[in-house]
Amino acid sequence: MKRLVVALLMLFALNGPAFAVRPDEMLADPALEARARVISGGLRCLVCQNESIDDSDADLAHDLRVIVRERITAGDTDDQVRAFLVARYGEYVLLNPVFAPHTLLLWVAGPLAVLFGGVAMVVGARKRRKVSFAEARLTADEQAALDDLSDRKG
Amino acid sequence: MGIELGHFAFSLAFALATVSALAGLLLWRRAALTPYLQQASIIQFLLVGAAFASLIQAFIVSDFSLKLAKEHSFSAQPLLFKITAVWGNHEGSMVLWVLILVIMGAAVAAFGRNLPRDLLSLVLAIQSLIAAAFLGFTLFTSNPFLRLDPAPFEGADLNPILQDIGLAIHPPLLYAGYVGFSVCFSFAAAALISGRLDAAWARWVRPWTLLSWTFLTLGIAMGSYWAYYELGWGGWWFWDPVENASFMPWLAGTALLHSALVMEKRSALKIWTVFLAIITFSLSLLGTFMVRSGILTSVHAFATDPTRGVVILILLSLFIGGAFALFAARVGTLRAGGLFAPISREGALILNNLLLASSAAAVLVGTLYPLILDALTGETISVGAPFFNLTFGAIMAPLLVVLPLGPFLSWKRADFLGAAQRLAWAAGLALFFAILAFALTGASVSLAPLGLLLGFWVALGALAELADRAHLFRTTIMTSLRRLIGLPKSAWSSALAHFGLGVSVIGIVAATAWQAEEITTLAPGSSVTIDGYTVDFGGVTQQQGPNYAADVASFTITAPDGGKRIANPERRAYTASGMPTTEAAIETYGFSQLYLQLGEPQTDGKSVVRIWYKPFVTLIWIGTLFMAAAGFLSLSNRRLRVGAPRPARTRVATE
Repeated sequence: MKRLVVALLMLFALNGPAFAVRPDEMLADPALEARARVISGGLRCLVCQNESIDDSDADLAHDLRVIVRERITAGDTDDQVRAFLVARYGEYVLLNPVFAPHTLLLWVAGPLAVLFGGVAMVVGARKRRKVSFAEARLTADEQAALDDLSDRKG
Repeated sequence: MGIELGHFAFSLAFALATVSALAGLLLWRRAALTPYLQQASIIQFLLVGAAFASLIQAFIVSDFSLKLAKEHSFSAQPLLFKITAVWGNHEGSMVLWVLILVIMGAAVAAFGRNLPRDLLSLVLAIQSLIAAAFLGFTLFTSNPFLRLDPAPFEGADLNPILQDIGLAIHPPLLYAGYVGFSVCFSFAAAALISGRLDAAWARWVRPWTLLSWTFLTLGIAMGSYWAYYELGWGGWWFWDPVENASFMPWLAGTALLHSALVMEKRSALKIWTVFLAIITFSLSLLGTFMVRSGILTSVHAFATDPTRGVVILILLSLFIGGAFALFAARVGTLRAGGLFAPISREGALILNNLLLASSAAAVLVGTLYPLILDALTGETISVGAPFFNLTFGAIMAPLLVVLPLGPFLSWKRADFLGAAQRLAWAAGLALFFAILAFALTGASVSLAPLGLLLGFWVALGALAELADRAHLFRTTIMTSLRRLIGLPKSAWSSALAHFGLGVSVIGIVAATAWQAEEITTLAPGSSVTIDGYTVDFGGVTQQQGPNYAADVASFTITAPDGGKRIANPERRAYTASGMPTTEAAIETYGFSQLYLQLGEPQTDGKSVVRIWYKPFVTLIWIGTLFMAAAGFLSLSNRRLRVGAPRPARTRVATE
């Protein structure tokens, strides 16, 4: 659905449709090109909404794709390429957020939910056993009613 | 004139809903009031229906003196898109949202005759309260009935991307799902106010949960397929905040469906079920807020006017805050229900709820974290698909591992080893299929074999449940068949839904792991081969549509078996807006698809062409169809049918 967004942005920003990854920007070496695609898939198109530069048709995404391929051709490792872009555009460019103090809560939220939920589950199960066994005994009224019934039958 | 009547009807509905809400909340103990509230709910529906019809009529006749029609319609648009344009914008979609809300309210009024009167009064009052809030919001911040004077001669056209059959189907289904959960919310709040919370309550709520869940499933699947074919590169899920907004209620609703089952059968999990009912609709409201507040930029984000966002945020806080305050005040009075051992059907369903709720929480945090971090520290980060795939997948995988075991466990106390034994052949077969698939094709994505194994395991596990219940291979084929036909609908629907989930997982893994892609520049007469399919490019011709001009390419596809097909992807420029769109050509071979997109024309007469081969991609949506079919099957179950007479033993409501 993000494509819809870009299409909307294109209304204002672009003259005509361009397309993600154009043949003319691809590298001749398939191994290097494959690396570029993987890296591009994890980099955000900064003028789009939550879309990677690999999928985006914005001009900026094209420029970034070219930069990624230039860095790879220059011999950078994948991490160096990412670091190069983060140095220029900030962490915002990474679709997969770094693991750092300010993103700690983000990363641990899911596991914590499972953990706390699991603990609550176990505690709840124990409590339920205790409460239910206590409740399982008949009250005086119920016992009287039961006696009454059994008397009537017997 | 029609519009003015519609405006008046809409205002009247607002007044009526307000009065119903107040009267119902104050006087719900008086049984004499209930019939009036029922009538008021049905009249609300008639009034909003009339208002909606007046908008449709104005759009059909292209009455551009209506501001909304001027901004979102065009006289040369096909009739279908003139109608769908009514809700292809913020104001009109609010009217549709409210319409579905009052339909739900009217349905409760019409089918709720067997509910205790005080509970019915409360449910209708809370439903009216929600309706009043959103009728008021629409009237005062997003009025769709405004006129223009002088009336313009021509409209500005509906966004071309929305000029698609998808707009006729996706929003109504999605809203029916979202808004349907309001009934569960109203039931939860009514139960908390009246203190009437028992197994019968769960039985009344379950059909509404099921109905909403089924519509939401279809709505999300339809939206996903629409994005897939319309957006031009074959992606079908993007973890966009707006998609997450619809996915979170689905996850919570799925959990609710299962916990209501435990509550109905075993009278356990009461507190949690009420909590989930509140959470599910709250997530729906949060989605509505996110889409309309302007905090997101997206095609779904209709409203960029911040006052609307503030008003929705206030409504959101009132409803969610009020419900939770009520919950906190009442939670002490709720008594825990039936006993069960950890290894039991109840235990399995609790684990299901734990994992589903946690995954919803993970998606929620991932969606809101960048906004909150930015607001608190000014730091901007992105949370995109790689993050969600990892965190969501890590929670979903264990759920898929234990899922097939659940239906094999008996209530109260179960024999785990026995269940595992009865599933052994399904596990073996799943392993065999997964290994076979990768032996034949080779793995390119590291986690793909595991994902495929899980998909087969879930799908075969569901079949195993049916086979086991039919005593297949333990008795004669004919007896098994008779048993199979005689199985209760509940058994069929749960097996069907789980089977569908497995099928979707297989589709997701296969389409991701084995997708082939070709991006190239082709001259007319030249060809390219992708995964055994030869694609010949015949060239591009100009054609004229009703409200657009198009470049139409002609491709001849030769399948590996020699069969030939013609495919015609297009690039369109819409007359009114000048906006360009691409229309991909999709050819389906078995469960797989070849996806062709026509790119930019080059100066030398060549064209950029992008082609994908997407193996088994249709299984993703076929699986969701199984799930929705299961939902409808379960709804048709007489025992659950809204308003159907129930056996006397469920008459515990007056305790």
